[in-house]
Amino acid sequence: MIGPQICMLIPVVYLFGALLVPLIGWRRGAAGWGMALAAAAGAFFFSLGGLAGVLQRGSLSYHLGGWMPPIGIEFVMDPLSAFLEVVITGIGLLAVVYTRRSVEHEIPDRLMPFSSLALLVLTGLSGMVITGDLFNLYVFLEISALAGYALIAVGERPASYAAFRYLGMGTVGASFYLLGLAFLYMTLGTLNMADLSRMLAVTDVSATVAVGLLLLFMGAALKMALFPMHGWLPDAYTHASSAATALIAPIGTKVAGYILIRVLLYLLGAGEKGSGLPLLSLLAYLGAAAVIYGSILAVCQSELKRMLAYSSIAQVGYIAIGVGLNSALGFTGAVLHILNHACMKASLFFVSGGLRLRLGHSRIPRFTNALRRAMPWSSAAFALAALSMIGLPPTAGFFSKWYLALGAIEQSRWLFLGVLLFSSLLNAVYFFRVLERMYLDRPGIEPAERPTSVARHEAPPAMLLPAVALSSALLVIGLGNTWIVDRLIGPMIPGGM
Amino acid sequence: MIDLIRGHYVYFFLAGLFLIGLYAIMFKGNLMKKIIGMSIMQSSVILFYVSSAYKDGGTVPVLDPRRGVENPDLYLNPLPHCLMLTAIVVAVVTLGVSFAMIIDIYRNYETIEEPLLLERLKDEA
Repeated sequence: MIGPQICMLIPVVYLFGALLVPLIGWRRGAAGWGMALAAAAGAFFFSLGGLAGVLQRGSLSYHLGGWMPPIGIEFVMDPLSAFLEVVITGIGLLAVVYTRRSVEHEIPDRLMPFSSLALLVLTGLSGMVITGDLFNLYVFLEISALAGYALIAVGERPASYAAFRYLGMGTVGASFYLLGLAFLYMTLGTLNMADLSRMLAVTDVSATVAVGLLLLFMGAALKMALFPMHGWLPDAYTHASSAATALIAPIGTKVAGYILIRVLLYLLGAGEKGSGLPLLSLLAYLGAAAVIYGSILAVCQSELKRMLAYSSIAQVGYIAIGVGLNSALGFTGAVLHILNHACMKASLFFVSGGLRLRLGHSRIPRFTNALRRAMPWSSAAFALAALSMIGLPPTAGFFSKWYLALGAIEQSRWLFLGVLLFSSLLNAVYFFRVLERMYLDRPGIEPAERPTSVARHEAPPAMLLPAVALSSALLVIGLGNTWIVDRLIGPMIPGGM
Repeated sequence: MIDLIRGHYVYFFLAGLFLIGLYAIMFKGNLMKKIIGMSIMQSSVILFYVSSAYKDGGTVPVLDPRRGVENPDLYLNPLPHCLMLTAIVVAVVTLGVSFAMIIDIYRNYETIEEPLLLERLKDEA
């Protein structure tokens, strides 16, 4: 029933959706948004089908134009791609649902172009995950990046400058990637991932290949905003519209992390064998630095979106640590954290957009506990996601950190264990700061001054539902984590670990 | 030494071009100059691919009855050229998007000089 064509369908549905949105939404932006919603739902459906197919029958592979792979381009759905595809399309669907009210409020009259660009971003991201060809991956990378620059540029006044800086860094990253690919292609003569990994397994890694790998690493790390290459991220996420941030922040940087997983763990093989390149250790140490740096700066922020942006830098660090540990436990933690963090960060950004809609700002010092009564569901969704970010059981965030910690203990790398524990404390500091203002009485205020009755002023359902759905999903993921780890992540652990 | 230069002068030239572009992106204060740097850098990567397809004595990869099909060394490798057609399109789109952003920045802040722009951003915040 589920054929290999399903690999192709996901990006194609997004791409055609993106082209149809301007045609349908020419007069009425809302109709274009409806088209975008249909495309996003379709892609989610296909990715679920793809995941089911992969679980039943193993990897699916589709050859574009009937050309056989190493020459033609191949789309591959293996357990890792299928899993990430579900994460991307799922978050994408909820983000598109969220888009309408948020965009109408923050950037009026831009709903149609926004929906179209959002679908283009999703085309790129889903394509990057599913392609089996390294140059094709570059093309999808640029599709998602270019649409992403445009999405970020439309927002507050400083957004265009923030987007310009992102564009500069992103282009440098993409050029590094392309240059690294040139080194690999000139030495090994193939761009197909499976073919490349077979060649790397039998040949020694020459100096040229090593330089190429280093360039690929740097390109992907720039796109991933891995410390110290994160400079573009905080401004871009803060000044973009809430809907754009909620779409790009949860999945954008993680797909760049996927490139690193693919290249370092699958292409090079788990052993890095004799390349003399300590790329994985480098990744783990940079990740540890990112975790500490991002968490400390998040504590210093007074703007909610900016705080979440710095926390994203830290969370990408967790994924880097997990990949860099180069063990089955670390890998499990990293992949699980991709899922968890996508849900947590999307939910938090959804709520921050709702706050901007109802309060007109998202500055933490101005939050009061009236918020709890005015927006009970948003506050609850925020609190649940925040607890998961801190890593309290039984929320999902606990389990990915648990696997990462187990991975660190297994190899006796106490530095990473210390970083994980210390950063959980820092997470607690910066999230409890917000939760305290949302939920607790301020001792300084006299009871008479307290507003006795606060009118219910909840975010509109279309913006509330995605946040509540993701926050509840965190509990479900947390409780069902053994199933996810055994059934979904188990098959994707690279051989040799 | 001479051999090294003769055999690799293309690579030295392209590495220089790449670094010039990178330098402009990182250190130039004018946003337009940053874009020029970006373009130089992308061009150097594109030329790098194209130069990798070159063979001494090779010709365009179209069947030439006098050369036949037996010896592929007589034809250039067409694949890098095809790849770079895509990369050129990407570079053009990047240019377009960045120009649009510069126009928007200029409309909002009436400058594209980074130091001045940062000052105005700070005043606004």
